Amino acid sequence: MNTLSIRHLYASIGEKPILEDLNLDIPQGEVHAIMGKNGSGKSTLAKVIAGHPDYTVTSGDVLLHGESILGMDPQVRARLGFFLAFQYPMEIPGVTIANFIRAALQARLPEGEELEATDYYAELYAKMDTLGIPRSFTARSVNVGFSGGEKKRCEILQMMMLKPRCALLDETDSGLDIDALKVVASGVNALRSSEIGMLVITHYQRLLDYIVPDRVHVMAAGKIVLSGEKDLALKLEAKGYDWVSA
Amino acid sequence: MPASTFNFHPLEESTGVGWFQELQKKAWEQFSQLPSPGRHDEAWRFSSIGNIALEGFHQAPPPTDEQSILERSQGITPLAAQLVFGNNRLIHADTSNLPQGVILVSLQEAIKKHEDLFRRYFMKEEARLGSLKLAMLHLSQLKEGVFLYVAPGVVVDKPIEIWHWVQGNRSALFPHTLLVAGAGSHLAVIEHFSSLEEEPLLACSLSDVVAEEKASIHHVTIQDWSPQAVAFHLNTTSVLQEGSATSLQLHRGGHFVRSENDSRLFGKGAKSMMLSIVSAHGAQEFDQRTLQDHLSPEAKSDLLYHNALSDQARTIFSGLIKVQKRAHRTDAYQKVSNLMLSDDAEANSMPGLEILADDVRCTHGATSGELNKEELFYMMARGIDESRAVKLLVRGFFQTVLERLEEPQLKNYLQLLLDHE
Ligand SMILES: Nc1ncnc2c1ncn2[C@@H]1O[C@H](COP(=O)(O)OP(=O)(O)OP(=O)(O)O)[C@@H](O)[C@H]1O
Ligand SMILES: [Mg+2]
Repeated sequence: MNTLSIRHLYASIGEKPILEDLNLDIPQGEVHAIMGKNGSGKSTLAKVIAGHPDYTVTSGDVLLHGESILGMDPQVRARLGFFLAFQYPMEIPGVTIANFIRAALQARLPEGEELEATDYYAELYAKMDTLGIPRSFTARSVNVGFSGGEKKRCEILQMMMLKPRCALLDETDSGLDIDALKVVASGVNALRSSEIGMLVITHYQRLLDYIVPDRVHVMAAGKIVLSGEKDLALKLEAKGYDWVSA
Repeated sequence: MPASTFNFHPLEESTGVGWFQELQKKAWEQFSQLPSPGRHDEAWRFSSIGNIALEGFHQAPPPTDEQSILERSQGITPLAAQLVFGNNRLIHADTSNLPQGVILVSLQEAIKKHEDLFRRYFMKEEARLGSLKLAMLHLSQLKEGVFLYVAPGVVVDKPIEIWHWVQGNRSALFPHTLLVAGAGSHLAVIEHFSSLEEEPLLACSLSDVVAEEKASIHHVTIQDWSPQAVAFHLNTTSVLQEGSATSLQLHRGGHFVRSENDSRLFGKGAKSMMLSIVSAHGAQEFDQRTLQDHLSPEAKSDLLYHNALSDQARTIFSGLIKVQKRAHRTDAYQKVSNLMLSDDAEANSMPGLEILADDVRCTHGATSGELNKEELFYMMARGIDESRAVKLLVRGFFQTVLERLEEPQLKNYLQLLLDHE
């Protein structure tokens, strides 16, 4: 079974086509990486899968565990187990991290059932400790005034708390120092299992030393143009993208 | 607003003293002579006052359901003291835990037992933001109120809570609050303005807050009038040298609510923080006028007003920072933000500056905007339903005002209150 299947996907923003005939399968239990030049459409793919309203899918399909999700609202996709770690996480003034994650977990419970607060905080603190996020951050507004690295750690914290079946990390490694990179990678690896599929978008081969991918794909002009084993990343790092024939 | 709506009955001879009745008499004359406010006045620009019927209200009779009033007067715990008024009558007072040096009495008792002290502070500042006529109506009709005086150096370490309840169809209410924090004292007060029923009412409340040298006072008001209320809330704050006053007003109820906040920084190094949260729904109108009047050097005033508007709600904000000639090295800020949750809502903002001194730091600004769609998407991408995400974002919008409130008990209480909306 594929965790994620993308079939002949075409998507545009306004009149401008960005994804054109994109195909990708992530089998359950595997981690794939996508690399590609700036502007090749990587984040667009991420947002289309997440259900961002600005993008129009003109044809093709996206299947999560075999089920088409294109007609679903973003919150429904998330509750089915899809998680996107944003390249640029939003700042939300006045909403604390604790309340935000709590609302996200609460949304996954049946009507009338209340999230157990004590267990919730115990788990939250434990995960913050692993990620090296100070506990005082629970009372801070989501991403407001966070450094770039703190925002990325906070995305991983959310992922660990929400326990998705399919996770897409959009440049979570960008802007991280080497220690933070290791922490983030260990968070991702802790989640790695035969149950879930993951897609990591990155510009740096370095990340893939810590999160070792099963496959590496190259994206150019809105589609996957080349796929290979993990050493493809090394080759891209050494030679750039120009040799890849689009 | 014809004068015939109300009759003039000053406080009884037996309760009052000559000077007070004299004031009331003069106020009644002034009220009768002053023109009714209208949209043509600059001070009432954009206001719907012209369409608001002020006739047919009467002085509220004694409340019929004191039991319900007392049962529903549940606010902060623990408290230093609590006063509960129903239809302008004191129906409950618990002042036994107050420290030495604190006077907390009804207005009638203040006139009888603390005449000199009360008289020194009573209605010393003229209403100058447009509602002088209403202030005079208030004074002429005044029957009861709160007098709180904290002697120099006394720290009241828990909040004092005051409830003003109204009951009955077309009742008119004139709540009066005079809070004086003597030199170096600390005080936190929370006032509730609440309706027992959803009936039409007229409220004309007046509060004067005084922070003397190095005193600190926090004053929170929670306005929860009935959806059919027409309410005027006229507030003045006076801060002396190095004193500090923080006010936060949470407006939820009412049909037409006019709120005037006049902050006077009399002393060098005085501080005034003016905070407001308005949650406007339906056809509600909130009309807010403010003045930050810097009369001395090195004082600081900081105003932050957040309005969230749904449905066909309207808000009006008109605020002036005035830096008088001798008020050098003033710090004055004014920020109004309108969150537009509906295309039919209307927000009017008129920020203003008048600077006569040198070397001042002043900023002012007004913004209106819709919810940020990317923030909404971010929340929904975490599994949160759109309606819940909107609520959280609005709650966050209010929270940024609450964050400014430094008194922890008042802040916690307000947070819980808003969490349970
Ligand atoms: N809202 C938008 N309006 C117009 N063009 C857009 C919009 N969003 C994305 N694009 C365009 O779509 C193309 C793909 O953008 P996308 O963000 O997906 O690239 P990316 O591969 O993630 O790049 P990077 O590596 O820099 O993050 C770019 O040319 C971009 O300018
Ligand atoms: Mg990108």
